Amino acid sequence: MTAEEENNAKPPLMRYLILGCIAFLMLYPLIWLVGASFKTNSEIFSSAGFWPSKIEFSAYAAGWKTSSEYTFATYFINSFLITIPKIFVTLISCVMVAYAFARFDFYGKKILFGIMVSTMMLPLIILRMPQYLMFREFGWIDTYLPLIIPSAFATDTFFVFMLVQFLRAIPRDMEEAGMIDGCNAFQLLFHIIIPMLKPAIISVIVFQFIWTMNDFMGPLIYLASVENYPVSLALKMSIGATEEVEWRNVIAISVVALIPSIAVFFAAQKHFIEGATSSGVKG
Amino acid sequence: MYENKRLGFMFALPFVLGILFFKLFPFIASFALSLTQYDLIDPPQYVGLENYRELANNDPLFQQSLGVTLWFVILAVPLRVGFALLVAHVLNFKMRGINFFRAAFYIPSILGGSIAVAVLWRFIFAKHGLVNIALIKMGFEPVAWLADEHYSMVTIVLLFTWQFGSSMVIFLAALQNVPTSLYEAAECDGASKTVQFWRITVPLITPVIFFNMIMQMVHAFQEFNGPYMITEGGPLNSTYVLTLYIYDQSFKYFNLGYGAALSWVLFALVGALALISFWSSRYWVFYAGEKDNK
Repeated sequence: MTAEEENNAKPPLMRYLILGCIAFLMLYPLIWLVGASFKTNSEIFSSAGFWPSKIEFSAYAAGWKTSSEYTFATYFINSFLITIPKIFVTLISCVMVAYAFARFDFYGKKILFGIMVSTMMLPLIILRMPQYLMFREFGWIDTYLPLIIPSAFATDTFFVFMLVQFLRAIPRDMEEAGMIDGCNAFQLLFHIIIPMLKPAIISVIVFQFIWTMNDFMGPLIYLASVENYPVSLALKMSIGATEEVEWRNVIAISVVALIPSIAVFFAAQKHFIEGATSSGVKG
Repeated sequence: MYENKRLGFMFALPFVLGILFFKLFPFIASFALSLTQYDLIDPPQYVGLENYRELANNDPLFQQSLGVTLWFVILAVPLRVGFALLVAHVLNFKMRGINFFRAAFYIPSILGGSIAVAVLWRFIFAKHGLVNIALIKMGFEPVAWLADEHYSMVTIVLLFTWQFGSSMVIFLAALQNVPTSLYEAAECDGASKTVQFWRITVPLITPVIFFNMIMQMVHAFQEFNGPYMITEGGPLNSTYVLTLYIYDQSFKYFNLGYGAALSWVLFALVGALALISFWSSRYWVFYAGEKDNK
């Protein structure tokens, strides 16, 4: 008997029922949010159901326009102006560093690897004040540089760790064949390593995309003027501005704010969860 | 080629520079900063351990905040990890639609950190929000989730627990590695499913439980978006976690020295708890194959 057969001894219907209930409870708030975005203000606070009594898109239009002088188009563009370069430099630096750790032998490798693992447990807030002072010296306040440049130096050690784990599990045969054919290290990296790392690279892209879109404290500290705000800060601002007023606009724009992350997640779902799993310790 | 140390170091160079400039230097500078008084206008003034003395003796808000943080970690971490293990256990069998469920349980941990979800949380726990409507329909009294200092913690703990998906996928991978022969043997001896879970599954995946506990503890100590957005630390500072206090001191009141001292207390707390966990792990974490290595 395999584990699966053995487990099947329990009536599958029971399992589906339990899992279905948990999934429903967990996802209902999100589903409700979508329904509520079409409701009137009074209906939002009186009905627990999903279906609005009549469908109205006006909240989306009003929410998108915001009460500030910029629309959410500006804020979304700002979010992408941070996210896309950040993903780009993260990939370059983390793949390079992971290649070094997984394949090469160099002085201080063990200590550096130890430092990398331990920084994953460091509460990042401890670094915020000196980093702020440093970036202020550089004149980077109210620009996106403090949010992007550190990632160009493989400071998102979680990704390095994930890529190293992934690369270690891949045999070196292909690279050895490449070496015999006279490839240099860069050719090996581009023609053999990167294609093999594809699932892990997709995970890095998805994680970095979603985390950067979600990031709130970074922009909150470093960005001052509203024209530079990403979606997360703009959303916070719209709550402050509309206290006790048009809640449905805030709800509608929250739905819109979640769409990019959900879309990226579903587009890469399969690779992504597998990549994320392989980063964890194997039991 | 892979023996070429210089080449290897060259590839690792971005990391070495990054660690030095963006991690190690700020780390040390933060401690130096914690020994000063600095408001961004006048140059920093060395005050020795004054900031630490102040927070230990004369700062009731710090003590409140420390208590809230510990309470949050103690509630939220076991709930998230426990729930992740439970759901992974139920999910660990060959079935149709496993991908659907895996994705469904994963989505909250993708979106949970976003401001949009914090907004959502404010609405569902509002006075006339989704949760209270449901409570009234089931015949219970509505609860002032966000206005009553006894319940406000519940909302942010639930938000943290709700995002159990990333721990769950790690548990799922571990559960699939438990040798099936052990269950077969237990089945022959007449062990029930519950006994099998506690006597076989749990002991064999203790390394993964340990890993998830440590990582989630580090996350929980740094929780910011939930308390900042949903409860704003209140009511009566009942959800005023340390990260909020550090943020306020450093970037709202510009007491950067005091903020740095507070962040070092947080660091010491996380470090001490991690060390205790590592020490205690000798007694409850079982590493398969350890005997072979010795």
